[in-house]
Amino acid sequence: MAELSFKDYASDQEVRWCPGCGDYSILKAVQRTLANIGAKPENTVFVSGIGCAARLPYYIEAYGFHTIHGRAPAIATGVKLANPALDVWVVTGDGDALSIGGNHLMHSLRRNVNLNILLFNNEIYGLTKGQYSPTSRIGTTSPSSPGGSVDSPLHPCALAVGAGATFIARGIDIDQKGLPVILAEAQRHQGAAFVEILQNCIVYNKDVFDSVANKKTAADHQIRVEHGHPLIYGKDRHRGLRLNPAKLRLEGFMIGEDGADSDVLVHDETNPTLALMLATMAPPLPTALGVIHRRQAECFDRAFWNSKSHSRRRKVESLLHQGNVLDRR
Amino acid sequence: MSEQLAERTSHVVRFAGDSGDGIQLQGQQFTNASALAGHDLSTLPDFPAEIRAPAGTRYGVSAFQIQFGGERITTPGDAPDVLLAFNPAALIVNLPHLLPGALIIVDESAFSAQRLKRANLTANPLEDGSLDAHQVCRIDISHLTLEAVKPFGLGAKDSARCKNFWALGLVLWMFDQPRDGTSHWIQAKFAGNEAVRNANLAALNAGHAYGETVEMQPVLAQQPIPEAPLAAEEYRTITGAEALALGLVAAGELADVELLFCSYPITPASSLLHHLTGLDEAGVATFQAEDEIAAICSAIGASYAGKLGVTSSSGPGMALKTEALGLAVAAELPLLVIDSQRAGPSTGMPTKTEQSDLYQAVYGRNADTPLPVLAPHSPGDCFETAIEAVRIALRHMTPVILLTDGYLANASELWPIPDLDGLAPITHRKPAATATTGIWEREPSSFARLWATPGDERYVHRVGGLERDFQTGHISYDPANHQAMTNLRQAKVEKVADHLPEQEVDQGVAGGLAVVAWGSTYGAVRQAVKECLAEGLTVAQIHLRHLNPLPPNLGELLAAYDKVLVPELNNGQLATLLRDRLLLGPAQLNKVSGQPLHVGEIKSAIAEHAPPRLQEAVHG
Repeated sequence: MAELSFKDYASDQEVRWCPGCGDYSILKAVQRTLANIGAKPENTVFVSGIGCAARLPYYIEAYGFHTIHGRAPAIATGVKLANPALDVWVVTGDGDALSIGGNHLMHSLRRNVNLNILLFNNEIYGLTKGQYSPTSRIGTTSPSSPGGSVDSPLHPCALAVGAGATFIARGIDIDQKGLPVILAEAQRHQGAAFVEILQNCIVYNKDVFDSVANKKTAADHQIRVEHGHPLIYGKDRHRGLRLNPAKLRLEGFMIGEDGADSDVLVHDETNPTLALMLATMAPPLPTALGVIHRRQAECFDRAFWNSKSHSRRRKVESLLHQGNVLDRR
Repeated sequence: MSEQLAERTSHVVRFAGDSGDGIQLQGQQFTNASALAGHDLSTLPDFPAEIRAPAGTRYGVSAFQIQFGGERITTPGDAPDVLLAFNPAALIVNLPHLLPGALIIVDESAFSAQRLKRANLTANPLEDGSLDAHQVCRIDISHLTLEAVKPFGLGAKDSARCKNFWALGLVLWMFDQPRDGTSHWIQAKFAGNEAVRNANLAALNAGHAYGETVEMQPVLAQQPIPEAPLAAEEYRTITGAEALALGLVAAGELADVELLFCSYPITPASSLLHHLTGLDEAGVATFQAEDEIAAICSAIGASYAGKLGVTSSSGPGMALKTEALGLAVAAELPLLVIDSQRAGPSTGMPTKTEQSDLYQAVYGRNADTPLPVLAPHSPGDCFETAIEAVRIALRHMTPVILLTDGYLANASELWPIPDLDGLAPITHRKPAATATTGIWEREPSSFARLWATPGDERYVHRVGGLERDFQTGHISYDPANHQAMTNLRQAKVEKVADHLPEQEVDQGVAGGLAVVAWGSTYGAVRQAVKECLAEGLTVAQIHLRHLNPLPPNLGELLAAYDKVLVPELNNGQLATLLRDRLLLGPAQLNKVSGQPLHVGEIKSAIAEHAPPRLQEAVHG
């Protein structure tokens, strides 16, 4: 059999995002991932809510269900419970998942339903023409916040830690090398896998992640975390993260100048406290990318339909006759 | 017992006390005993929304009413002829509803100055003459219960809690009904606590023995009731919620489709969730969702993936599910939504019944979003209506709303157990292994699309809430296509009517007044029309199960009457629907007190509108 390519997972529909939108590269990374893992289109389901990101299922050669605003995790939960053999992906955005649908995201994570949840975070409402979103930074000017937004943004990955998620990762839209690896890990995870993807909205919030995504500056502004490996970053791999035990905070330092090699913290993806620290790092600390948190826990959908009966009709009969019976026959 | 009472072949008994007195349990046990004694019956649990309301208050009174006897019974009765009141509040709130000459049994020691005050009474009704129209039997139930359970060494509180069984024993004796069922129940329930088990059994038996030995005749006399003229079938007692659960289970089996029941707790719908849990062997799984929206959405997800999604709620929760219902209509997925209606608006009166979600069910969605709506007419009928609703959902690939209500959910009746083999199999639109049909090809008799689900490599496709092309299913904003799709959605619901049985006249004569009703008012309307016919009025009863679409012959049927009367527990919602669909101008009887319609209320309305009978052509 010929090797699968991302093109094998393209549907016959014309992609309708704005030219230059980060969603194009995410779509490609998802299709690449499906090819890499040899996904069967008939056993793969993409469920989405509403927003620019939510159009993605139309463009993938798999089963797709484009639903209503914020509810994709709830619908996907129903799909997975109905048929746990399916590989179910949720595609959502920062407004869809964190604003109108916050409740469903929280509960799908804490229940540990075996879903792969991709949150495209562009820190803006794109499809409704550019209002600020629950992840917009303070001071974001938009049609609904002309004087700059005043409310504090959510950290999606920190919310996931709080909800008890068993897999939390972060990637960047244009990272065609790294993102498919993260997505494959998410797909492999038994339980709710949450992936925040930093996505550039070229029209309403252009380059909001530029320092992290841009090749020129990325090395000093991002850190690729990997379980069991020291938390090192920087162009010359000369920066490290260490724990300041007195302040219970992560600090960046110059290895060999401000501290020794041995001071560098080693990533332990099973530790949710460390996950919270990594997830909320903000400048001057780098943005954490990769698998921030992963642990094993029982999946909610595991036990459904386990005790399928071969004597269903007899069981129904016995239920009908249960209780106080007056026989006048 | 008064002579008037003694002559009756059926009785209306009302048990009343604090919401922590175990009144509902007492009523249920009495119900089962009545059934085992061969009586027909109908019950009305009537309790406050508070779980343990402050003791002795009027608003904290919990009551259970049952009509039972040696004839066909279809309502819990307008006016009790026996009241058992555990405290002054329970007496005073029920007093105005009693039949003149009714027997009142009170727990005498509960009428202390302090407890009279709790019930806002300045005088003791046992002594101020306010019970003169009735027979009063004063028994120190609390004290007698404590005496009976003394040997078992329970604390004061646990001892006092046995009084519901003491009083039940007495009432069972009065009507010569068996104690065995209740004894078995107590033994099973308290199997793990010998002292409590024995104390409750002793209380039950002591109450019974009290009746046998005490000399209180003629006020308190044993009154056996003849058996009801029941057909030669096998019966059980059943509440509406139980019958709905069984109907869903049976429908899944008849369709050979598994069910995923997704729900969020809400009064009075939660009992359905309780009844359906643990039935995996019968092909049902349950999922308690995080909210009403997640409940319907997960049910939709289940239907998308090939199980039948079912969700249930009450009015406020239904409002939250509305957007998702639109998605199910747009995506053309089978789905069953069960609404246990309650008094509103907003939170309203959660434990009190109403029929006021008909507008919401038929008209309450954005855009032109029609879907079938039907309603059961009695607790037992919930079984058949659930099967019918599933049949429509699977045949037409559409969401269906089933409107039950708080009264039907909790009320019970004697139910002939159906033969599963006698029920027609339910067909669905899942593609056969050899199918060559396209997903969006329409089955001509139902206009249903194919139920193609993930896992099937022949039908990998995308679908959603965006308008899609009639032929290909791809996203389409084409004006003519949207017109065609809107027409299709309407035609599909209208197509349901092709499969409906002809609407029949339940009873009565043509030419005069037709009483057209729906849902839980059936029993009261039936009795009222029966009595009015006997009194010589020209009246007929037509009870609707199908509300959208209406039965196709309904217009023609109603043309045979001079006038139509619509009694319902709302401000005129079926009346509006009949005006809308059939251009009728019906007279209305509307009641929104949180209580079911009384036979007497319907009879008065009939008398106002129905002419005296001239000829003797009686149907049914």
